[in-house]
Amino acid sequence: MDFVTRGFQGRPRGRDDRLPPGQYLTGDFPVLSAGPTSNVDHDQWELWVATEDGTRHTWSWVELMALPAETVTVDIHCVTSWSKLDTEWRGVSLDTLLADVETAADFAMVHSYGGYTTNLPLEDLLDGQAWVAYGYEGDDLRPEHGGPARLLVPHLYFWKSAKWVRGIELMLEDSPGFWEQLGYHDYGDPWREQRYQGD
Amino acid sequence: MTIPSGRGPAAAYDGNLMAGPLSELFALDVTVAVVRCRGCGADAEVATLRVYGPDPGLVGRCPGCDDVLVRVVRTPDAVWLDLGGVTSLRVPAPAPAAAPAVNPPVVPPA
Repeated sequence: MDFVTRGFQGRPRGRDDRLPPGQYLTGDFPVLSAGPTSNVDHDQWELWVATEDGTRHTWSWVELMALPAETVTVDIHCVTSWSKLDTEWRGVSLDTLLADVETAADFAMVHSYGGYTTNLPLEDLLDGQAWVAYGYEGDDLRPEHGGPARLLVPHLYFWKSAKWVRGIELMLEDSPGFWEQLGYHDYGDPWREQRYQGD
Repeated sequence: MTIPSGRGPAAAYDGNLMAGPLSELFALDVTVAVVRCRGCGADAEVATLRVYGPDPGLVGRCPGCDDVLVRVVRTPDAVWLDLGGVTSLRVPAPAPAAAPAVNPPVVPPA
């Protein structure tokens, strides 16, 4: 008689283990937007990082393309409850972009073309956790998904991965972004189901 | 459903999508209210706003300049409303009921 059930043996890490609480799997890539799709030409595009003392670092599109790029495969989790596994992105790590930026900031406000903002701790942008992504599944990132470039912070709910990223403001104090001003969680950890303030 | 015309790309919805969550806040039908855009100064009926959403929240933009005028988020236990993009919200309302007659003061007998 077999006294050991599958539950006692444990299971190989499967799809269910990669789904945070309250999420469902989708094969689609839903488009959620708070405004019209931004269309920024590469020759007009610029990324800036501003520190708390006003020092500003900027990269043109050509300069971004000249930086070392990484291809990463990650799971993404939207606060509206869909999750998508094994998405492949190409972009520049924030570790690379922030390597020469001197700051005492603990927080960042990410700004997008079109006016969207989102806040997150600076440490969540570092140590291989965040990218400025311009490629998706082997192609250029399409505008409706945030192209030419979006932030990618896959360990937080996807509203933190700002589409059409244009700048990162480094801040000594936290300050709420577009959705965080209106009831959404300041941090947004999908594994702790931090959807709304107070979660 | 009418998609307002304007210089920006068409939104997926118009302001009538905001009727449901706004009815939780206002006693009157706010879709016929007129908001004045803080950015361009234009007046627009809420029903004619360019609305994006419904998730993570409703974002109503000015049909003239695309600035964010109204945002509404329905969380499990609250309705959050942001009117920061408007300078005024004018809601058509019926005339107030006539004031009740005031009884004449009682004058004590001389």
